[in-house]
Amino acid sequence: MTIMKTILGAAASVALASGAALADPALIFDLGGKFDKSFNEAAFNGAQRWAEETGGSFNEIELQSEAQREQALRRFAEAGFNPVITMGFAMADPLSTVAPDYPDTKFAVVDVTWLDVPNVRQIGFAEHEGSYLVGMLAAMASETGTVGFVGGMDVPLIRHFGCGYAQGAKAVNPDINIVANMTGTTPAAWNDPVKGSELTKAQISQGADVVYAAAGGTGVGVLQTAADEGILSIGVDSNQNHLHPGKVLTSMLKRVDVAVYEAMKAGEDLETGVFTLGLAENGVGYALDENNASLITDEMKAAVDDARQKIIDGEINVVSYYENDSCPALTF
Amino acid sequence: MDRMPPWADALLVPLISLVLAAILSALVIIGIGEDPVAAVTLMVKGALGSTYGWGYTLYYATNFIFTGLAVAVAFHARMFNIGGEGQAMLGGLGVALVCLYLPLPHWTLALVAATLGAAIFGAAWACVPAVLQARRGSHIVITTIMFNFIAAALLNYMLVNLLRPKGAMDPATAKFPAATNLPTLHDMLTPIGLNFSKAAPANVTLVIALLACLAVWLLIWRTRLGYEIRAFGHSETAARYAGISPTRITVVAMLISGGLAGLMALNTTMGEAERLVLNSVEGAGFIGIAVALMGRSHPLGVLMAAVLFGFLYQGGAELALWTNIPRELIVVIQALVILFTGALDNMVRMPLERLFLSRRRKEG
Repeated sequence: MTIMKTILGAAASVALASGAALADPALIFDLGGKFDKSFNEAAFNGAQRWAEETGGSFNEIELQSEAQREQALRRFAEAGFNPVITMGFAMADPLSTVAPDYPDTKFAVVDVTWLDVPNVRQIGFAEHEGSYLVGMLAAMASETGTVGFVGGMDVPLIRHFGCGYAQGAKAVNPDINIVANMTGTTPAAWNDPVKGSELTKAQISQGADVVYAAAGGTGVGVLQTAADEGILSIGVDSNQNHLHPGKVLTSMLKRVDVAVYEAMKAGEDLETGVFTLGLAENGVGYALDENNASLITDEMKAAVDDARQKIIDGEINVVSYYENDSCPALTF
Repeated sequence: MDRMPPWADALLVPLISLVLAAILSALVIIGIGEDPVAAVTLMVKGALGSTYGWGYTLYYATNFIFTGLAVAVAFHARMFNIGGEGQAMLGGLGVALVCLYLPLPHWTLALVAATLGAAIFGAAWACVPAVLQARRGSHIVITTIMFNFIAAALLNYMLVNLLRPKGAMDPATAKFPAATNLPTLHDMLTPIGLNFSKAAPANVTLVIALLACLAVWLLIWRTRLGYEIRAFGHSETAARYAGISPTRITVVAMLISGGLAGLMALNTTMGEAERLVLNSVEGAGFIGIAVALMGRSHPLGVLMAAVLFGFLYQGGAELALWTNIPRELIVVIQALVILFTGALDNMVRMPLERLFLSRRRKEG
C-alpha cells in the first residue's frame, strides 16, 4: 500500500511538473555540456539571469547523443514549452525538420542564420568584428611581434573568428606574425583542454606572447598554459578574465547570454527571423574589468574604442571569412 | 552434473545482476537528492509507456542488436571483436556512398543496396585485423581497437574534406535523396490500423535486425560453417585435427562479425539522420559487447539484452529531459548495468552455482 502510494505520488508529481511547465521556455545545450566555461555556459548564465529577474523557471537538457537533438526539440515542443532555445550550428538540420511540425511553438537558435523556417529566431554574431578588436589589443600588447590563435573545431565559424583577429592585429602592426592552429576537425575539439595546452606551448616556442583561444572548453587549457608560461591570453564568448586575473589580456565577448536572456524575456511573443548582432548592437565586444585593468593602457583602450566606432560607422570594413571562404590576412 | 539448470543460467543470473545494479543506481540517485522511485517511474513511462517511447527504445535496440550479434558471432569462434565501433562507422560510409551516388528509384532497392554497402564496408574493416590474427597471430583485441581509431580518422577525413557540402559547418554529408528514406514504424503500421508515433525514429531496419537474429541462429546452430566456428571456438587444436582451417574460420567469422556491425549504420544513418554524421555510432559498438555478454551470445538473448539497453538509453534521455539529474549520472546508471551484467557476471554466477549444487547434493 505504502509503496503503491509512493509510486502514484511520484507519477502525480511528474505529471504536475510537466503541467506546471506550460509556456515556460526551454533551453537545449549542445554536446559540449552546460559548464564549458564558454559558449553553452554563456547561454546558461543568460537563462539564469532571466530566471532570477523574473522568478520564472525554465527546463533544460544537456544533449548526450545525436538522436536526442530531434527528440529534445519534439519533446519540449509537445510539452508546451515556448520558446525552445537551442545552441550551436549542429541544431540547424534537426530544427529545419522539427520546427515546421510545431508552427505554434517559437524556436530560437544561436549560430545559425541560413534556415528558411518561419517560426525560428536565428541569431548570428559578427564575431569577426569583436575578434578584430581583440586582435588589435593582442598586437599592441605583444613584445615579440608574434601572436597566436587557437581555434576549436576547424569549421568556417572558427576561421571567421581567426580572420577578424588577424585583420585587427595587422591593422596595428602590418608586419606581425600570426600563428594559427586548430584543435581538431571533430566536435571533440570543443572540449580538449590538454590539446589546447599543447598547442599553446607550441605557439610559445614559435615566439607567440599573446594567444587567443576561440575553442569552447578547449580554451580553458589554453588560458591555463598561457598563465603558467607567463604570456598573455585572450578568452572567448564569456568574460574569462577572472580565470587568471592579470594573465588574461581580455575576452572577446559574444553575448550569447544576452541573446538567450532576450529570447526568454520575449517569451511567446518572440520575434522570429534572422538577427545578426555586431558591435553596433553590443552583441560582440571586448571585456574590460578589474582583472585586466592593469594590462590595457589608456592608449590601447583609446585605439580600440576608436576602431570600434569606425567599424560601426562603416569606415573600417572587417572582411568576413564567409564572403568568399577565405581570409585576406591569414591562411589556415 | 556440476551445472545449474539452464533457466537459472539464462534468466536468473542476469535478473539478479540487474536488481543489484538497480539498487546501486537508486543509492546514487538518493545520494544526489532525487527520488529514485520517481526516476524509475519516469524511465519506464518514458521508454515503454507510449508508442513514442517504444519507438525510441526500439530504435536504440536495433543498433544494439546488430552490434551485439557482431560480438556474439566472434565470441563463438572465441574471438573478442571490440572493433564494432569502427566497423559500424565504415558501414555508415558504405551506406552514405550508396545513398548519395547510386541513382536508386525506390527505398526497397535502396535498402538492399545500402545493406550490401554497409555489410561490405563493415566486413572489409574487420578483414585486416582478421588476417593479421590468422596469419601473424597479432591479437585481435589490440588490432580491432586500434582500427576503431583509424576508422574515426578516416571518417573524419572523408566528411571534412570530401563529403561535406560546401560552406556547411557540420562535418556531415548532404541529406540523402528522398527516394532512399526508409519507412518508419509509423508508416509501416498505419496501413494495418495501428497508430504508432510519427516522431519516433524506429524504422524498417528493425525488421532487418530481427531477420539478422534468425540468420545468426541458423548460421551458428544449423549450418556446417556454424559448427566449424563453434568447434574452433571450443578448441583450436581439436578443430585443426578435424580438418578445420583456423585461418579460414578466423577470417570468415570476423567478416561476418564486421558485416553485422556495419549493418547498424542502416538504422542510424539511413533510417534516422538520413545523412552521415560524424558520431553516428556513439558507442553502440561497445554496448554490443555488454549486450552479447548478457545475452550469452545467443541471438534471442542478444535481442532481449538489446531491448533492455534500448530502454536504458531512452529512459535515460527522459531523465535528462524532465529531471535535474545531470547527464553524467545517467551515464553512471547505464554503466552500472553494464558493469553488473557484463564484467561482474561471475560475482552472481558463482555463489548461485554453489547454492544450486549444495541443494542438489542434499537432495541426492
